[in-house]
Amino acid sequence: MTTRTVLSSGDIDRAITRIAHEIVESNHGTKGLTLLGIPTRGILLAERIASVIQRHYPEFDAASSTGKLDITMYRDDLAKNPTRTVSPTSIPAGGIDDAVVVLVDDVLYSGRTIRAALDALNDLGRPSVVRLAVLVDRGHRELPIRADFVGKNLPTSRDERINVQLTENDGETCVVIES
Amino acid sequence: MSQLKHLLSAADLSKSSAIEILDVAEEMAGVNSRDIKKLPTLRGKTVVNLFFEDSTRTRISFELAEKRLSADVINFSAKGSSVSKGESLKDTAQTLEAMGADAVVIRHHASGAANVLAHSGWINGSIINAGDGTHEHPTQALLDAFTIRRRIYGSESKGKDLSGLKIAIVGDVLHSRVARSNLILLNTLGAQVHLIAPPTLFPAAVDAWPATIRFDLDTAINEVDLDAVMMLRVQGERMNASYFPSEREYSRIWGMNADRLARLKPSALLMHPGPMNRGLEITAAAADSKNSTVLEQVANGVSVRMAVLYQLLSGERTNIDA
Repeated sequence: MTTRTVLSSGDIDRAITRIAHEIVESNHGTKGLTLLGIPTRGILLAERIASVIQRHYPEFDAASSTGKLDITMYRDDLAKNPTRTVSPTSIPAGGIDDAVVVLVDDVLYSGRTIRAALDALNDLGRPSVVRLAVLVDRGHRELPIRADFVGKNLPTSRDERINVQLTENDGETCVVIES
Repeated sequence: MSQLKHLLSAADLSKSSAIEILDVAEEMAGVNSRDIKKLPTLRGKTVVNLFFEDSTRTRISFELAEKRLSADVINFSAKGSSVSKGESLKDTAQTLEAMGADAVVIRHHASGAANVLAHSGWINGSIINAGDGTHEHPTQALLDAFTIRRRIYGSESKGKDLSGLKIAIVGDVLHSRVARSNLILLNTLGAQVHLIAPPTLFPAAVDAWPATIRFDLDTAINEVDLDAVMMLRVQGERMNASYFPSEREYSRIWGMNADRLARLKPSALLMHPGPMNRGLEITAAAADSKNSTVLEQVANGVSVRMAVLYQLLSGERTNIDA
């Protein structure tokens, strides 16, 4: 097995900063912005993006505008795998009705996770807009889903593994391809 | 986690699998507190509630849990079915199998009925014991443990066991499946259990059980710093002999009342699996006090049963030992 680092810690920081600015730009400000991370690493990315937005736009409160969205119960492959562990879901106190929800995940691949996340959102409320931010888009979509904000497009083959590591979870920050 | 196929006894659960069910139940409680109380998780699965014995809360609780996970639910009660024409458990089970039941929730007046169903080969689905005779009622034990953990640890509950907690189970231990399942699960989770009852309401070999046996409620309250007291229902329908001289005497010596409640610590939980005999094992004042968790237990029952159904039914169904 060979591993190759494709994004360094600095690359990831710059990608997150750019995504944060793109989110605010496309929303014409921070009004109604709610960032929902998909466990595990999407939560950490959502928190990092939120803290960048708060640094540049002090009217944006990161803590009350960031949440977690577990999609385990909405997966379409529950019957094909061993029982999965459920992670917490926590939605900002104001709810997501009429909010501009940005889903955040680490890798966009088949699109099935995002399909499940859209179903989960549907049961929690009715956002005015839902957008998608991912750190890495590796292609091979199986559903008509695309990301609005992408850290890096990484064309891959199906037998490669993309491994996103974030300091809070994995001790260091980088993206590596294993093949 | 090793995947469970059936839940027949509280002894089927290791400490880690019990804690995992309680943790999933915390997430289910979150679902149950939002506007749309529905998950698509068990879409396309059929669950049969097979009730040979009367039940209000257990049957409704299971039905609600199944519906909130989007399973198709069939309710079967012995009254009004072919059982009253003399159909056997075997034929009933094979009929359900032919109709494609993925899980059967069974309550039966005979101890061991769920076990027979699980190991007979009559039916391939998962079997969940919802109370068999005087034997076990594992989902009640899980919801009681969940209620204790939530009251004591609040939002810090996830991942915690019940080690160090002192819990009394008071009353008709002889006939109580709730007491048996609770004793097993509380021990698994590390709690210290005190069983309190008149000598006539203990089974013969109770000395071998992992609990402190006491005959007097007042000395237990005075000597032990109890975190929770579970009152058991005096099961009139199973009592075909005189186990105590009179209801008044039982109530005076082993009943929970305002005076005994006041001698527990303020944070102590007062639990009852329901249905309550108000005035017999528990007075109305005690049952409606702030220590009482009776209605929390009912609400938590739905979350816990959703967690059990998720753990048993959501994964791949091959490669599981029956």
